[in-house]
Parts: sequence; structure tokens; C-alpha cells
Amino acid sequence: MSIPVTGSHASSHATGTLAADAVGSLVQSVDWIAIAPAAIPAAVALVVLVADLFLPKEKKALLGWVTIAGLALAGLALGPLRAGHRKTFCLTTDPGECSYAADHFTVVIQLLVIGGALLTALLSMHDMEKYPAGEYWFLLLSSAAGAALLPASRDLATLVVALEVTTLPAFALVGIKRGDRLSSEAALKFFLSSVAATAVTLLGVSFVYAATGTLHLASIADGLGDVQPQLATLAKVGAVLTLVGFAFKLAAAPFHFWVPDTYVGAPLPIAAYLSVVGKAAGFSGLILITVIAFEPYADVWGPVVAVLAALTMTVGNVAALRQRAGFAHSAVRLLAWSSIGQAGYLLVPIAAAAYSDDPQHQIGTTVAYALMYAAVNLGAFAVAALVARTAPANRLTDYRGLYANRPLTALALAFFLLCLAGLPPGVIGLFAKVAVFSSIVGTGPAWLAVVMAVNVVIALVYYLRWTALLFAKPEAGPAAATGAADGTGTVSGAVAGAVAVAVPATRTPAPLTAAIALTAVAGIVLSGVPQLVLRYASGALL
Amino acid sequence: MNDTALQYVLAGIVVLPLLGAVGALLPAPPGLRGRNPDQAVLRHGVTVTGAVLILAIVLAAGFDHDHPATMQASTDLKWIPALNIHIHLGVDGISLPLLVLTALLTFLCALHSYFKRPAGPSPKAFVALLLVLEAGTLSTFAVLDLMLFFLAFETVLIPMYFLIARWGGAGREAASLRFILYTLLGSVIMLLGLLLIGVKAGTFDMVALATDNGSSLGHSTQLLAVLAIGIGFAIKAPMWPLHSWLPDAHTAAPTVGSVLLAGVMLKMGTYGFVRIALPVAPDGMHTFAPYLAAFAVVGIVYGSLACLALARKGAGGDLKRLIAYSSVGHMGFVLLGIATLTPTGVNGALFANVAHGLITGLLFFLVGAIKDRYGTSDLDRLTGENGAALYGRAPRLGGLLAFAAVASLGLPGLAGFWGEMLAMFGAFKPADGLSRPTYLVFTAVAAFGTLLTAAYLLAVVRRVCMGDKGTAESGQPVLSDVHGYEFAAWTPLAALTVLAGLWPAALLGLTDPAVRSLLGGS
Repeated sequence: MSIPVTGSHASSHATGTLAADAVGSLVQSVDWIAIAPAAIPAAVALVVLVADLFLPKEKKALLGWVTIAGLALAGLALGPLRAGHRKTFCLTTDPGECSYAADHFTVVIQLLVIGGALLTALLSMHDMEKYPAGEYWFLLLSSAAGAALLPASRDLATLVVALEVTTLPAFALVGIKRGDRLSSEAALKFFLSSVAATAVTLLGVSFVYAATGTLHLASIADGLGDVQPQLATLAKVGAVLTLVGFAFKLAAAPFHFWVPDTYVGAPLPIAAYLSVVGKAAGFSGLILITVIAFEPYADVWGPVVAVLAALTMTVGNVAALRQRAGFAHSAVRLLAWSSIGQAGYLLVPIAAAAYSDDPQHQIGTTVAYALMYAAVNLGAFAVAALVARTAPANRLTDYRGLYANRPLTALALAFFLLCLAGLPPGVIGLFAKVAVFSSIVGTGPAWLAVVMAVNVVIALVYYLRWTALLFAKPEAGPAAATGAADGTGTVSGAVAGAVAVAVPATRTPAPLTAAIALTAVAGIVLSGVPQLVLRYASGALL
Repeated sequence: MNDTALQYVLAGIVVLPLLGAVGALLPAPPGLRGRNPDQAVLRHGVTVTGAVLILAIVLAAGFDHDHPATMQASTDLKWIPALNIHIHLGVDGISLPLLVLTALLTFLCALHSYFKRPAGPSPKAFVALLLVLEAGTLSTFAVLDLMLFFLAFETVLIPMYFLIARWGGAGREAASLRFILYTLLGSVIMLLGLLLIGVKAGTFDMVALATDNGSSLGHSTQLLAVLAIGIGFAIKAPMWPLHSWLPDAHTAAPTVGSVLLAGVMLKMGTYGFVRIALPVAPDGMHTFAPYLAAFAVVGIVYGSLACLALARKGAGGDLKRLIAYSSVGHMGFVLLGIATLTPTGVNGALFANVAHGLITGLLFFLVGAIKDRYGTSDLDRLTGENGAALYGRAPRLGGLLAFAAVASLGLPGLAGFWGEMLAMFGAFKPADGLSRPTYLVFTAVAAFGTLLTAAYLLAVVRRVCMGDKGTAESGQPVLSDVHGYEFAAWTPLAALTVLAGLWPAALLGLTDPAVRSLLGGS
């Protein structure tokens, strides 16, 4: 894959900073504090990769804790950036043109990405004996570094590089289950469709560069205003093609086909990671190029994004509705399709931005919704990971009667699902949806509001079915027949039943408990004080 | 009592059930464990709902009855500045009766469940859901912010769904899913309307919007808004032809669920019409009022005909289903009253609202009791060839059923009479600008509906209460008459039915000034 860093006059990443004093005017200055949230995970990734060579096998768990500490440190590094006015990698010839901006938008998305990666790490801790530890943590950290870089990028080259840094390690992570046919197939599917999308994006970027002569987002917006008439079509085609790559990462229909198989084949924490951090990378990139770079073409991409949003949510929700509870991996498959549906909601405010006089305000709604979605979706995946310990097939029917065995876990999952559905007691889910609705009502296309209303109802069916299953009476499976009082994992079906009998009531691993508790507390606090995330919906972030 | 104290009382009414719901899920503290955990948690339910009822009575006592049109016990706190959402609570003459009715019915339901444990899984969840439901309904009537209203509207869905799906009878899964999908679709569409109002008027505050009386909303905005929120309320009310979720939900629901569904939740729809649609978008309401009235009278006749069909011998009609259909008819009168846009009609609607809550609540309790005794609520199996002879076999139960039935058909002197009469009276002389001949037709059809109502209710009384005692008892176990706890649960409803029938001014005096101010200070 060609990475057009060197070809661009915009970027001079980290190279040559030592010589900064000597060369002076040619080399851009670097604000290390500003880039710390993206740089720390990258540095820790290298540390982990090297340390893996020297650590004896029984101490590999240490790598996981190093990863978690590194991500926590990266999270802390966001603290000094809260003011949101730092910029770096600016052109020496024009200090206003910067490739990296740590503004409010960047800081919020980086918080989401780093928090998501941290929770993914917590989810992975208990299962590490199955995977090569060093590679796993290295790949996870690298991908997180890319996803943290992405929202800060302010030129197309950096944006594409960040997108690839996010995605390339993810291919390997999806396929990391050695000897698992599903896993390799998932990785291949993910890889092929992703590469195709990236190629299309690069083509689009080259068109835009040809038409405007710049890669900086802000200058593109200026340049598009007065494109030479014969290049206008080229610029418009370029704009649409550039969107494709990001729509792919967000898993917007019709670029969503890779999602269900990839999520099912991937290790569960990686599926969670893709559903939250992968999407964050997709929509933050989409926001940057639509609202900043292609702002003059709002009349072109506005309807396109609106149609994408309607299509995505409908496809995702209808497919999720059709999942059969008894099939293998139906829980993860359902979460996969529902994440596509949720991606549709995320797109709605972006579409609304095209119709609004104040686009910055609208995209804040996407950010607020994404924060809510990240917390509760990771929570749902955490519970799925817990259930997968006793029922590896992870069918929806395996959740039957979860309340009888693990009341708190079941209540937490019910809360997460109702947040995703947007019904009380999931108050934050409800108000996040209200915010999305209010971004289109009045200014945006009314039909999109109606489509979304219908989708909210469709989505309720499958979320509610799952919720009801948690509280249903446990089926009298083979395990219950033996009179076991605890009845952990009384699952239907002979195979899973046999597994459930073989696995005694295991203790929940501490990192997994921590992940569920963290997300549940986040959801509950946000339900009491929705302002904490919804404030992003009312202020300009960029 | 001063207003600050009332503020806390009202806040307590909304918050207490929520705290109680959390408390129901926690293990009982020492000293409150009771005989067994089930008994302890059911007693917890009675305690909390009882406390809420006492608070509601205190609120009603402290309410300044000389100024029912002004908002009292108001609290206004910023909650989510990003969406301009306030925690704004308050009561006036319109919401106060509904608040007290809700608190009363929920308490009676909790009391009933304490003595007669609902058949189904653990009562712990039952009590928690009941309390969440109470919190949702009470806050629907207490909040004065459109978005908070929507939140309260949605809060009742999940508890009611689980009450039907887990503690219900045959066909509960499908019925509960249908209930929640139907009402959710309605409320999401309603949300669009509410947001449209909020975005265009710049505030979600119901008091400010009502004072504004729609002057900051353009005509087309009002039309769209009324259409959207009207669909939401019409599904909840329910208005024919959007009622089809109701009969199944009622038939499948446990007794307590039916009582609350009919007694309280249906009122949320009609309350919304009066509280939001009428004052906030008067132009829109004016345009849609004739259609609303037309649907309402069709609903009256349709409900009555459906009941007649169910009451026929050999039709295999279910008594719960019959009362559910009769609700469609009764709520038709409420909607007709609202659609007249006159103070008379709207007052009648509000009166009929409360009366329907009392009478239908009582009816569902009674039918639940009959179902418990006979094991079925199928009319044909209940009555056999010659009637169930309830008068002879269980005279008190039979007498109460006959009482509730004649109250429901609108016998003068009982609560059912005034509301429906005032609604028709309003329709006889609708607001200026509405076509009088059309409304005269509506009045005539509604009057015909009252005849049909009388017909089916009397048929029910004849088949269930009368009959030959000897043949009815053959091969049947001995029926127990009304138990003490049943008396405790039903007497307040029967007494209030008589009181409201004999002294309607008590209620109308509260609602009338508030209605006049909502309709534009005429």
C-alpha cells in the first residue's frame, strides 16, 4: 500500500526534530504535549513488542498491564489539552496551516478512542493464553495510536495515513486466532474490502489534490470555492470518492458487508474494539472532510450522507431483527448488525450539518451520541465476553435466565441494551436519540426523521427480545437436571450443555468485572447527568 | 400550606416510587423481613404506594382551590442545558385529579397484590416494575417540560411490557410486544412533533408555550406538530382505528396491569391533548378537531358494537376483552369532548377521564376476581346455559358488578354520567369556526352510542349476575363472596364513583378555570 506521506509538502512527521535548530525555517516545530495522546500508545506499542522478546512465558500477563498503564497515561495526557487550542506541524511558510490540531473535537474523540482501547484491553486480559501476547498488545496499541491521530489530522495525507494505521493492525488482530478458519476468513474479508475502499479514497484524494492543489483541509475548502470550471466535475467526484473510505470504516451501508462475519470471526474484544474505535475513526474522518474540507459542496454530500444514513440504519436494524436466537454466535452477530444500525444514527447529524447554517453545532451531536454508544456498546460486549466463558457458541439463547445466575450482570446488560434502544431506564440513550432527532427536525430533511423514527421502533424489537430473555426462566437443560443448585450456564442444546456441565461455576476475572462495572457506572452517571456528554451537542467543537 | 412545602411534596411524589423501586430490588433490611421475602417485598410495595398516596392527598389538601388555573408547587431546575431541558414540575386543576387518581389506583393495586400474590415469577420484580410504572405515570401528570413529558411517557413502556409479558395470561408475549411497539411508534412520532414545537418556539416549557398560545408558531408548523403529537396521543388514548393494541393487551394483562392500563395509562394520551395540543397549537387543533371528533364518535359506536358482539350468547366473548372494547367507546367520549374545543366539552372530557379511571378500574378488579373464582373470563363458559347467577351465588360480588356496569353505562347520579353528558353538550354547541351541523351529527351518533353501551352492559349483567342459582351451581365449586381485602380495594373506587356522581362540582370546580385559561383565557 502506498503511503503518500513523502509526496506531500504538508507532512514531516517526527523526522528531523533533532535538527530543528540547525535547519530552522525548513523544519516544522513539534508540540510534544499536543501529540502525546497519539504518541504515547505508539511508543508503548514498541516497548511491548521489544519486551515480549525478553519476558518468559509465564510473565506475559505483565504486557497487558503495561498496555493498560500506557493507555491510561495517554488518557491523562489529554488533561493539558482540554483548553483545545494547540496546533502543531504547521507550515513554516504559513503558520496558520497546520497538519495536527488538538482542538475540542480532537480531544473528545481521543478520549473516546483511548477509553475504548482501554476497555478493550480490560476485556482481553482474561483470554490472553489463546493469543500471542506480544503481537496482540502491539497491534492493539498501534491501531489505537492511529485512531487517536485521526481526529487530529488536518490534511488529507495525514488523515489517510492515520486511517491506515488504524486499520492495518486491525486486520492482523481479526485473524489472530491461529488455526481458526472463521478468524482467517474474517480477516481476509475485512482486508480485501478495506483495501478496496482505501484505494478508492486515495483516488478521490488525488482528484481533490489535482483540482485544488493542496492537501490541507482548510485550504481545500478555500480552493473548492474557485475551482477552474473544467476541473469542477473532477473535484466533485473526488469529494464523493474520498467519503467512501471513511464510510467503509464506519460500516455505513452499502459498505457494511464485512461487518457481521468479521465481528464473529474476530476475538470478541476486537469485535468490540472495531464496533467502537473503528467507527470513531470512520465518523471523525467523515466529519473532518465533510464539514471542513468539502464544506462548499454541502449540497452534494448532504443528500448523499442522508441517504447513506437512512440506508445504513434500515439495513442494520432489519438484519438484526432477522437474527435467529438459536444459531451459533447469534449474540455477536446481533451486536454487529445493531452497530450498523447505530452507525446510521451517527450519520444523521452529519447529514443535518449540510442543511444547517451552523454545521459545527450539528456534528457535536454525533460526538455526543458516539460517547454514549461507546460506553454502553462496550458494556454489552463485556457481558458477551463474560457469557462466552461458559457458553463459547454465544447464542442469544445462552442468555436465557442470566438474571437467575448473575443478577447484577443481567441487570447491567439489560441497562446497556435499553440504552442502545433509547428507552428509560436508559435515559442517556433516550436523550442522545432526542439530540439526534432535534438536529434534523426543523432544518434537515423531514423524511430522514421519519425513517429514523421507524428504525427506533424496529430496533426496540430485538433489543427488547434479548432483554426479556435475560429475565426468562432458565430452561431445564442437562445441567439443571442434575440438580445443581447454582445452575451456571444452563444452556439448551446438547453440545453447549455438555460444555456448561464441564465448566464449573468459574469466578469472573477481575478485569472483566472492572470493564462491566466501569461501563455500567458511566451509563448510570450519564443517565443522571446527561449534560456531561450532551454539552458537546450544543457547542462548536472544531 | 405554603408553596415551598408543596414543592417538596410534589417532588417527593415523583421521586419516592423510583427510590422504592430500587429498594424493592435490594434485600430487605433486618426488622422488615416479614414472614418470607415475597411477603416482605409486597408489603414494601404497599408501604411505598401508600406513602405516595398520602403525599398526593396532602398535595390536594394544600392545593389552593381558589386559584386552580395557576401552576402550584412549581419547581424549575436546569437539567440538560445543551438541549434546553428543565426539570419543571407543577400542578394545576387539570393535573391534580389525575395525580390523585393515579396514586390511589396504584395503591389499591399494591394492596390487592399483597393479599393475592400475582401468579408468575418473583414478586420482587413485580413490585419494582409497579413502582417504576407509578413514577412514570405520576411524572407524566406533574412535569411541565415537553422533553421531560416525553421521558415520563416512555418510562411507563418497559414496566408495563414486563408486567404483561411475565405476569400475564394466554397470548401475553405477542400482546405485550404489540403493546410496546404500537405505543413506542406513537411516542417517537410524538417526539418529532414536540421537537418541532420546541425548535420553532425556542422553548420546551409547557407553561410558557401555553401562555404564548401558539402565537410564535406558524400555521403549517402547528398543523405538522398537531398531526405528529396527535398520532402519539391517539394511539395511547386509544382512538379508533389506532386502538388495536388495546384489547389484546388488556386480555393478556394481569388484573393489576389491566387496572392501571385502563385507569391511568390511557389518560396520558387524553391529558396530552388537553395539556399540550390545545394550548400550544390552537390553530392546528382547530383544523384537525372535526377529524378527531369523527374518529371519536366512530370509536364510540365501534367499541359498543364490538362489545355487543362479544356479549352475545355463543360468541365466546372474553369479559376482559369486552371491558377493553368498552374503554375504546368511553375514551371516544373523552376525545369528542376535547374535539369540541369548548370549555364545556373539555371539562366533560376531563371529568369522563377521571370517571373512566374509577369505574373501569373497578370493573377490571371485579372481572379479575371473577376470573380467579371461575378460572376463566370467557362469557359462555362462565354463564353456561342459564346465566352465572352471581346474585344468588355471591351476592356482594354480583351487586358490585351490577353497580359498576350501570355506572359505566352512564346512569345519572354516578360518575359516568356527567363527563359523557358534558362532552355531548359541548359537541351540541362547538367552538366558533367549527361546523355546527357536522358536530350535531356527531352528537346524535354519540347519543346512539350511549344506547348501545347500555345494551351491552345490561346484557352482561343479565348473563353474569342473573340466572338460575340451582343450575349454575351444579358441578361448580362453591364461590366465595367478596373477601375483606377486596372490599378494601374496591370500596374507595365505588365510593368515589358515587361522590363524583352526586357532587360533580368538586371536580369541575378544579378543572374549569384551568381549562378556560388553557383555551385562551376566554
